[in-house]
Formats: sequence, structure tokens, C-alpha cells
Amino acid sequence: MGIEFLYPEFEVVRNDARCIRCRVCERQCANEVHTYDEEGHVILSDDAKCVNCQRCVSLCPTRALKIVKSDCTFRENANWQPDTIREIYKQANSGGVLLSSMGNPKPLPVYWDKILINASQVTNPSIDPLREPMETRVFLGKKPGVMERDENGNLKTELPPQLELSMPVMFSAMSYGSISYNAHASLARASKELGIYYNTGEGGLHEDFYVYGPNTIVQVASGRFGVHKEYLEAGAAVEIKMGQGAKPGIGGHLPGTKIVGDVSRTRMIPEGSDAISPAPHHDIYSIEDLRQLVYSLKEATEYKKPIIVKVAAVHNIAAIASGVARSGADIIAIDGFRGGTGAAPTRIRDNVGIPIELALAVVDKRLRDEGIRNNVSLVVGGSIRSAADVVKAVALGADACYIATAAVLALGCHLCRTCQTGKCNWGIATQRPELVKRLNPDIGSERLVNLMTAWNHEIKELMGGMGINSIEALRGNRLMLRGVGLTEKELEILGISHAGE
Amino acid sequence: MEKEGQIRIPSGCAIAAVISKEGRRMTGESITEAMKPMHDRSNGLGGGFAGYGIYPKYKDLYALHFFFNNRDTRKACEAMLKEDFEVVQSEIIPTRTIKEITDKPIIWRYFVSPLSSRMSALQIDEKEFVVRCAMKINSTVKDAYVFSCGKNMGTFKAVGFPEDVGRFYQLDEYEGYSWTAHGRYPTNTPGWWGGAHPFTLLDYSIVHNGEISSYDANRRFIEMFGYKCTLQTDTEVITYIFDYLLRRQGLSLEEAASVVAAPFWSTIAGRDAETAKKLSYLRTVYSSLLITGPFSIVLGFDGGLMALNDRLKLRSMVTGEKDDLVFIASEEAAIRVMAQDAVNIQAPAGGEPFIVRVKEGKY
Repeated sequence: MGIEFLYPEFEVVRNDARCIRCRVCERQCANEVHTYDEEGHVILSDDAKCVNCQRCVSLCPTRALKIVKSDCTFRENANWQPDTIREIYKQANSGGVLLSSMGNPKPLPVYWDKILINASQVTNPSIDPLREPMETRVFLGKKPGVMERDENGNLKTELPPQLELSMPVMFSAMSYGSISYNAHASLARASKELGIYYNTGEGGLHEDFYVYGPNTIVQVASGRFGVHKEYLEAGAAVEIKMGQGAKPGIGGHLPGTKIVGDVSRTRMIPEGSDAISPAPHHDIYSIEDLRQLVYSLKEATEYKKPIIVKVAAVHNIAAIASGVARSGADIIAIDGFRGGTGAAPTRIRDNVGIPIELALAVVDKRLRDEGIRNNVSLVVGGSIRSAADVVKAVALGADACYIATAAVLALGCHLCRTCQTGKCNWGIATQRPELVKRLNPDIGSERLVNLMTAWNHEIKELMGGMGINSIEALRGNRLMLRGVGLTEKELEILGISHAGE
Repeated sequence: MEKEGQIRIPSGCAIAAVISKEGRRMTGESITEAMKPMHDRSNGLGGGFAGYGIYPKYKDLYALHFFFNNRDTRKACEAMLKEDFEVVQSEIIPTRTIKEITDKPIIWRYFVSPLSSRMSALQIDEKEFVVRCAMKINSTVKDAYVFSCGKNMGTFKAVGFPEDVGRFYQLDEYEGYSWTAHGRYPTNTPGWWGGAHPFTLLDYSIVHNGEISSYDANRRFIEMFGYKCTLQTDTEVITYIFDYLLRRQGLSLEEAASVVAAPFWSTIAGRDAETAKKLSYLRTVYSSLLITGPFSIVLGFDGGLMALNDRLKLRSMVTGEKDDLVFIASEEAAIRVMAQDAVNIQAPAGGEPFIVRVKEGKY
């Protein structure tokens, strides 16, 4: 107390007239906010422990609870905002690097919200997806530059390995360990049902999920956790993780508290040890080294699987992507600075990297300027929040999008941003069995399927409005976009005109 | 007001075409007449024609048709041409003075042969050389525009109604084995002759009715391969797509049609395994060249025509026959003008190419 005291950020407000003392809140809160006082027959709440995950609010049968932002504030100061002051106190208390979870919450520009989509009027007809076919199937992978024929003049129809997606969205990398067994089960099952892919992240693949291999992208990150021959062979594609939007320039972080049981076995590391991946791959100090790893993985998988190289969106992304496109990679995944994470140093999450909208626009343009856009597919993430974001991303030039935050929201996440504590009350970002079981994979996968089905309907509606009946005719179709409230420079980088032009 | 190329102008249209399978040459009078009943499909802001087999005397030479805004540009351009070509004939394209067509630029044609020394220096073949020269002039020389550059064929276009444009260019005095025609209904008034159709590159010419919704996806892809879309019109990008697929990638007409008007995946799934594999291959590899939105086009080429609708058939297009003649038009009325008793009037299904070729050796 005293100098180290921080007033709680949230207050638990209980409507005592409604509270029936059922103690659900007490049982549901892994942070131990609620306690029952036998003597007074009341439930007490320790606001200091509350992370505002809304679990108790959602499960309270009488709607007796709400969580509000505390109105106990520091003296107002435009320069020294409350978060900044609190962080200073925390660091003065601990001497440590601040850790955060999920994507950058700062009020930095969200370009998706400043881009508007076109629709047909008079001169060409919009197409009604309820009455006409509307195609969202996408193939990811290298496309040959020259068509070849056999001696009889027939087309040689062998293609380099491709990923076939029923819609231009995939579940992005979240490792087993950072999220739970049941979360992985939900993602895997939903991917299979939807005809898309989920991504193992860097924690290996639990043996139970090998059956979902045809819908799985297996990741190889700098820590090489859980990487072995069967793992590589299990997936439909292999992703080399060079960087992550939430923490460009550093490796993955998984606190030892989450490395238990199966997680430890799947990662092939001891229980309780922190899994801190090296910042670089220690066999990749340059672009030519990346090429070696790409081809090592192709050799290991007999050239049957596309290789994805995932990079964080950083300042020089266009040149980096150009290099990656020439490294033998089949697909480039770019992760924007608002991408989520299970744990990242706060300063890095909030200050490193660039918006995915700008990164995508410059990469797509650069690859076209160099005439190599068809050599690779582009997948973007960090953060894609809705079907409209997907449509805008595709029109800017993406082949498909990666989503993760939206997926965990569908599983119940309330964005309390404390994944690193391992006490996720929704059973997602935790390894505690009593919490994990709260996420029912039957329900989880159904909710993911619902979400993607809804988005696909919306994507089709938006496409139909533009008079486009196939997603490939939207890809890179920047005339379908207009900016609002953007500067000349921003428009130039995005390669779009201003609304009204 | 910004002119075509600085701004994208959608337009509706009328198209018509006729071809003799026997290679019998006919004047441009009939195709001009055919545009009359479709008068209301144009608005007087663009009309044009392409004739094949019209320059038998110079059939081995490239016929370059130019618009120049002034004499100085023509002189400068001519000097440029002489660096790359042997200019065999240089002449004004004859026109009639009629009150319906005004503000005419200098309309000139050259019959040229590429200099082999220049081609070998660039290590490219004759056609590629001509394409690059035409692109260079159109994108770098202000006030000069090459609007036709094929062998033994030529394009004639202007701002005006197509039936007037035909009269203006004296098409009754040319004889060709095939003709295509276009009347334009742009939704803006640039009043620029280069923006009229047909749009041509080498012997490929396109007349097009529609407004494609895939335009920028197609444009940004095709520009990777050295094409420059200076006009921002659908017709221009469609022409380049066919040039790329047919000449540079070596696809057949049918294969090219299944790229730009690709069958739906559900349709592909219903085909026999081998066909399905081929169609999937083409659709996957050239996915950025799928054209969506309404279109009916007639592609003219050396010795033939191909008509094609978008895969939903969002624009009207019918075909008909009479003896050795085959007709294509936006409306049956146009065909009836060319042959009152035309038979076998049909509307090709969306995405089904309708291909007519002149008998080998007859053109």
C-alpha cells in the first residue's frame, strides 16, 4: 500500500436487490474477485483483482452485476494520461518490462474505417447473391508464369501446390499453450466444416488434431517448438513465422505457468519453463538464409505443400516482401501492428510496426511493379474485424485474410487483455483444466462456423452490390475503394482516390 | 473537363459484326446501315468500325492509323516512326465533309515495315516490336494517338453516331471480308476521338458493350506485362487481355474465353475429369483476368471473329446466318438490316464463345 498502491481500474457494481446469493460469480472468477461472507450473507467483491472479462456479468442469472470504469482519477493532464502514469508506477514497483495481451489498443488510425466501398448504379447492374451464383473460392499459392503444352498440344495442368479456401478468410496462428486444447479443437473443427484453414502457431500440434491436418497450417517459428517430420507432414501448408504484428522484432512469449502437461509434451520442452522464442531465427540472418529454410521445408515435404512466410508489417515491408517473393515462398502473410497476441512487451506492441492497410497497399503495388505478383499469394491480418474489412483488404490486393482476435471473440473472449496471466475465465487463453472445460468445442466450433458463414454472406452482398460475382475480380480492384478524410499522401500510398473523385 | 484517360468513363453501347466464311469481300456500307436501327443505343459521343482484308495492296505491311492534333506533332511523330520502320506509304485517311461530324483531328495512315536491325537489337519479334512502338507513342507523345496497327485491317472511329461515322470515313469505298461496328453511349462527354471503339492492338480489335466491374483488377494485372492502359476504358483492357492470352501465352480462342468468362466452379465440377482439370487450371492461373460485370464483345482477328458474353449474360447479343455470311449484333434488328431473311437467329449463352473463321486460304 502507500506509494505502491494503484486504485483499481474497474469497479464491480452489484445490485443487491437482484443478487440471490447463488455464488455463480464467485465460482466463475479465476481472479478471485468475488467472495461470499457467510456471516453477513453478502457477496463481497475485490475490485483490485477484476480484469473486466465480463464472465460474472454474463453468467449472473439475475443481471445483478456490472463492471464500470472507475471514476477515481488522477488530476487531468493531456500529456500524462492515466495509463502512462499507471505504467510508470508499475515499473517503479517491479523494475520489469510491462507485458500486455491482444492487439494495440491505442487510438492510432484505422484506415479500414476511412475507406468506403463502391456499388453499381444504372450503368451496370448489381448482382443479387440470393438469386445468382456468387463465388468466394480462393486458391493460394504460386501461379506459373508461362503456360506449357505437351507434345499433343494439350495444356499441362500441373500446378504448384495450392491451398483451396471456400472463402478468403483463415484462422491465424495461435499456439497450443497460448490458447487451450478446447480452443484449438474449436478452430480445427470449424476449419474443416468451413473448408478453410487454421494455424497451429508455434507450439506444435497436439496428437489429437492430426486428423484435421488437411485443414491445418503448421507453423515453424524461431523456437522450433514441436517441429518434427510428422508435424510438417501433417499440415496442408507450412508457415515460417519470421515476425508477428503485435511484436515485430522479437520472438514468441509463453509464460511457464501455461507450459503444463500436454502443452509441454507438444512443445517438447520441460513443464513450467518459459517458452521465449529467439528474436531471429538463428539460421536466418539474411534473405538468402530464408531461401534455404524455405527449400529445406519443401524438401522435407516433397514439394507437396505450399510454404508460407509470415512477416510483421514494418517500415521497409515492400522491399522485404519482394525479397520473400523471390525466396521460393508460395504465400506471404503480413501481420499488421494491431494484430493480437497472447503476451507481448507493451512498449513493442504499442509502438512497433505499421498499419496493415498501408503495408498491404505498398506490397501489392511493389510486387506488381516488379511483375511478380502472380508468383505469390498475399494473406493479411492484424486486424481484420469484419466482412467489410475483408472486402477492403481484397480490393486493396490481398488474396485472403487471417483472423484471430475475431475468432476468439466468437469463442467468448471479451478482450480483457490479460491472456498472459493464464487465468482466462472463458477457457480460451488458459491451461487450467477447470477453466478450459468451460469452452465446449461443440459450441465453440459452431459459433466460429456461424461467424464465418455470416461474413461470407456479407462479403457476397458487398460483392454483388459492386456487380462482381467472383472474388478474384475484386482482388486488387482498387477503383472499388474511395478514401474519406485522408491526406494526399495517405491516398497515394493506399493507391485509391478520395471520395467524390 | 478531363478527357478520356484522365478519368474513367463508363458507357453503354451497340455492337454489330459480319463476316464471310468464304472470304468474300464486301463494302462497309451494309455494316454502317446495320447500326441505324440501334441508333438509340448510342448517344452521338462515339462510333467506329474495324474492317479486315481492306488493304490487299499493302497486306504485308502494318497499317498505322493516327490521330494528330496538329501538323507539328505529325511531323515529329513521322521522324520517330522512321527510326523504327520503313515507311512505304504515308497518306491522309480520306473523309467526307458532313455536318454531323465536326472537330476532326488530322487523320493519317502509314503503311510500314519494322526495321529488322531495330528488332534484333531489342531481341523481340515483329509483333512485339509494333506493340511496343504503338504503346510508346500513345503514352509519351502528346497530341498523337495510334488507333490501329494491324496488317491488312484498319479501324475507323470518331465522335458521332456510328452511321454518320461510317459515312464520314467513306466505308462504302473499302472492301473487307469481315467488319465490326460500335455505337457508344458514354456517361460523360469527353468528346475525344481516341475514346471511341473499336479498340485495337495488332490485328486484334474489340467492340464492346458493357461496363465491367473487374476493371481495376484486370488492369493492374495486365499492366505487369508491359501494357499501359492509357484510356482507362474497358475495351482497352479487354484488348490487352486477349493479346496477352492469345499471342503471348499461346492460348486458343476457346481457352482464352474460358479465362475471361470462366465457368462457375459449380459448372466446372459437373464436367468430365479432364475438362474440369483444364478449366480449373486456367481459372486458377489467370484468375485476375476473369472479367465480371456485363459485357458483350466481338473480338476481330486475322481471319475470324469471336463473340462472347459475360457469364451471366447481362448484355444482349444475338447471332444469325445467311449463306456464307455470319452476323453478330446487340439486337436482331441490326442483323435483319444486313440480311432480311437471315436464319438461325440465336442468343449464345453467357460465357459460351461464338467463333467464326474464314476458310483457310480464303483471306
